[in-house]
Amino acid sequence: MKIGILEVGISNIASVYRMIEKVGGKAYYISTANQIFNADKIIIPGVGHFDKGMKSLHKNGWIEALYERITVEKIPVMGICLGMQLLCNKSEEGIEKGLSLIDADVKKFRFDSEKKLKIPHMGWNIVHSVRDNDLIPYITNDEYRYYFVHSYHVEPIDPNLTIGITNYGAEFCAAIQSDNIYGVQFHPEKSHRFGMELMKRFINL
Amino acid sequence: MLKHRVIPSLLLHNDGLVKTIKFKDPKYVGDPINAIKIFNEKEVDELMLLDITASKKKRSPNYKLIEQIAGECFMPLTYGGGIKSEKEASQIFSLGVEKICLQTAVLDNLPFITSLAERFGSQSITVSIDLKKNWLGKTYLHHASTGKLLKEDSWLENLKKMVHAGAGEVLLNSVDKDGTMSGPALDLIQQASDAIDVPLVAVGGISNLEDIKAAVDAGASAVAAGSFFVFQGPHRAVLITYPKYHELEKLFRKT
Repeated sequence: MKIGILEVGISNIASVYRMIEKVGGKAYYISTANQIFNADKIIIPGVGHFDKGMKSLHKNGWIEALYERITVEKIPVMGICLGMQLLCNKSEEGIEKGLSLIDADVKKFRFDSEKKLKIPHMGWNIVHSVRDNDLIPYITNDEYRYYFVHSYHVEPIDPNLTIGITNYGAEFCAAIQSDNIYGVQFHPEKSHRFGMELMKRFINL
Repeated sequence: MLKHRVIPSLLLHNDGLVKTIKFKDPKYVGDPINAIKIFNEKEVDELMLLDITASKKKRSPNYKLIEQIAGECFMPLTYGGGIKSEKEASQIFSLGVEKICLQTAVLDNLPFITSLAERFGSQSITVSIDLKKNWLGKTYLHHASTGKLLKEDSWLENLKKMVHAGAGEVLLNSVDKDGTMSGPALDLIQQASDAIDVPLVAVGGISNLEDIKAAVDAGASAVAAGSFFVFQGPHRAVLITYPKYHELEKLFRKT
């Protein structure tokens, strides 16, 4: 079972690699279209600007290879943070088109000034699972917390795609699943035991 | 709701961890890898590693050690010390570090903040502000690598300019409080927090959980501490500790 980590522009992919290996998976970096075909599962990591992220995916044959693996062969794919946003249709952060693998748009956080909420939403927050899913336990007595750093958030067109919600000013979609396609707004690779558990679930799919 | 982060701040001096008092007299507190492993087991919210000699000695970051440390961190890691160029910043990120912390390279070079923020995203750029009072009690920006006070501009104006230039987080330290465990500089925290809309990490003077709560109530998004997490008892015996999750939960629920 090999997990391919897409090299998307500037992002901290070493942490994702280490977390996969830590929970017993086998990881490698994807830097060519051919390597996309070697993966049993794919992780799209990423921090930074939406347009830069999309541009870094428009390399020789990458997009075609990704669609082939994800929509035809239906291998599991998980987007992390910006990676989750790249799976959507479009983002208020930029003008580039997203991958449209998930029917959702990406919106900027907007708060009333009297709420005095800082942007980015940075730090640990609780994710509540809203339905049975593959990544976050649905019925549990435990509080599942993860590390977030983001200024934009995903808004699915079909609310049923949401599997986890988090409250920052208002509730927003923190995790999403559409068949074999997964996205998490937080960083499981930096969320110690909670992140390890989630990564393990993804590896064992 | 978003939790307030409580962050051990570890000072690197040569290859060992130290703790200073008012930025002076570094006392050896242990081996960095060992300390990080312990903090990892204690599930700390985040870690901050600051190399306090790199900029003073005009040398580059110790990449090998940073990589080893990042390899042990399954929580977010901020590194600061000796970063002068985009190339060095890029190398630090590639080792598995989430945020870089800057001071010497940006104090008189705001465009450097902007170019780093544009390339790596402002969420990964922390600017470190050290404040020190002069003998008249007026607060100035303190230049950590030279020890001088910057008196041209008010510190608050400088702070706003740095955030405007693209800093995504501010680390606010009080030199007079550093290592003293005499309580945080609440007035400075409040002024700084009111002036900016990015997260503020307050550090300096923390001696107990109530101090952490007070800093948060004054407007800090997160609180960092050194001595509080590495020293125990009146004789400052080295012992690494970190509050339990439920203790912090209870602390922040108090009103």
